[in-house]
Amino acid sequence: MSFETFAEGTSPLHTMDAAAKLAAVTLFSICTALLSSLETASLALGVSAVLLALARLPFKKLCKRLLFINAFIAFLWLTLPISTSGTPIYSLGGFTVTQEGVDLTLLITLKSNAIISAFIALLATSNVTDIGAGFERLHVPKKLSLLFLFTWRYIHVIQEEYKRLATAAALRGFVAGTNSHTYKTYANLIAMVLVKSHDRAERVSNAMKLRGFNGTFHTLHQQQCRLADTIFASCIGLLGAALLAADYFQIMELL
Amino acid sequence: MHIAEGVLPPVILASSAVLSACGVAIGLKKLDYDRIMTTAILSAAFFVASLIHIPIGPVSGHLILNGLLGIMLGWVAFPAILVALTLQAILFQFGGLTTLGVNTLNMALPPVICFYIFRPMLSKGTLSLRIAAGLCGMSAVALSAILTSGTLALAGDNFLNSAKLLLLSSLPVMVIEGLITAVVVAFLAKVTPQIFDFSLAAPTPALLTQPSTNISE
Repeated sequence: MSFETFAEGTSPLHTMDAAAKLAAVTLFSICTALLSSLETASLALGVSAVLLALARLPFKKLCKRLLFINAFIAFLWLTLPISTSGTPIYSLGGFTVTQEGVDLTLLITLKSNAIISAFIALLATSNVTDIGAGFERLHVPKKLSLLFLFTWRYIHVIQEEYKRLATAAALRGFVAGTNSHTYKTYANLIAMVLVKSHDRAERVSNAMKLRGFNGTFHTLHQQQCRLADTIFASCIGLLGAALLAADYFQIMELL
Repeated sequence: MHIAEGVLPPVILASSAVLSACGVAIGLKKLDYDRIMTTAILSAAFFVASLIHIPIGPVSGHLILNGLLGIMLGWVAFPAILVALTLQAILFQFGGLTTLGVNTLNMALPPVICFYIFRPMLSKGTLSLRIAAGLCGMSAVALSAILTSGTLALAGDNFLNSAKLLLLSSLPVMVIEGLITAVVVAFLAKVTPQIFDFSLAAPTPALLTQPSTNISE
């Protein structure tokens, strides 16, 4: 199973340098999270939508992903409008929907979708290994970026090992249900996966040490940060900052 | 138990990000280069566990395993969980970038606390080990649920209902998590005691000395 659903592609965002994208998306997300008016939040969502269009991702998969993420937002729509106090606009059987509640939920929906769309357009379009290398270039502590790269590697090992053991259990007639047998089986399965992966990691670690591994990975396809990447990344960052400034000084209300 | 983007006010996001950064810094300082492999495996296990759905009555929940990470790693659980959550954010957009701090804090602080509470019990024989591991798994999930709903409730009174729902829904997960952590830790202590970075006073030394005396005879 491949986890990198959107990483394959030839769009300008796919070929962009991962470190530049990381910096841009961090700045943009933080600015968007700080917005407090509906107008600026909709503008931020507009920017993210443009980025998504630039990334030219498979439409069906993208819709599915966005729907899935909005499940939590739907949960908020159920609770927030009725539990916020303010001017009532509709009431049914003791529950009152307030204007403030609806506004707040709408603001959260807009901001959440703006950040997530920018995230998909900018980061999900990179390989995880490239992002790991990008971390290193952005001066993230070395141990942390190493841990990131190794974790990414072992996710596949563990997934494979788990699948093998789950198949073995299924072949022996194991059906998951709500009983202690199921939970014990899962626990033993997890423990066995950990033991096997640990043994394998030990072997790999020894092999790497024997070959003189000193904590740096040398990737085969070196990504170069081009001038265009830097300019594009700063544009996104500046757009985020501009939105935040507009929000702070309430420029939208003047227009 | 991820808090989504755009929900929490900036003050909470910033303060929890700072606290998480401190936790990660302590964890990285305690992490030797030799332990990176084991940490990466546990971090990957935390990631994969969230994809495995286990039936609980009519619904299904996924395992969290943060209690297990706490027992095995202590403070290093902070960087391990941060890495797993970052990968989840990049690959599936669960949680997100601005909520990384608060989510890391909510998931990683409880296991560290549990580690210090239950650690003395871990090296006092097999039964004690099982009980400690079970309690650790259970209370780590419980504390995480309390912290997550606490941060939601801090965001404003109107989130109180969501917070209560969240707390209630994590009760069954708690029980199962405790059971599974107990069995996993007992299994690991029996099969690969070297995976722990502290000594277990399990019957393993006796088992190891027996064959050596036979050889000397």
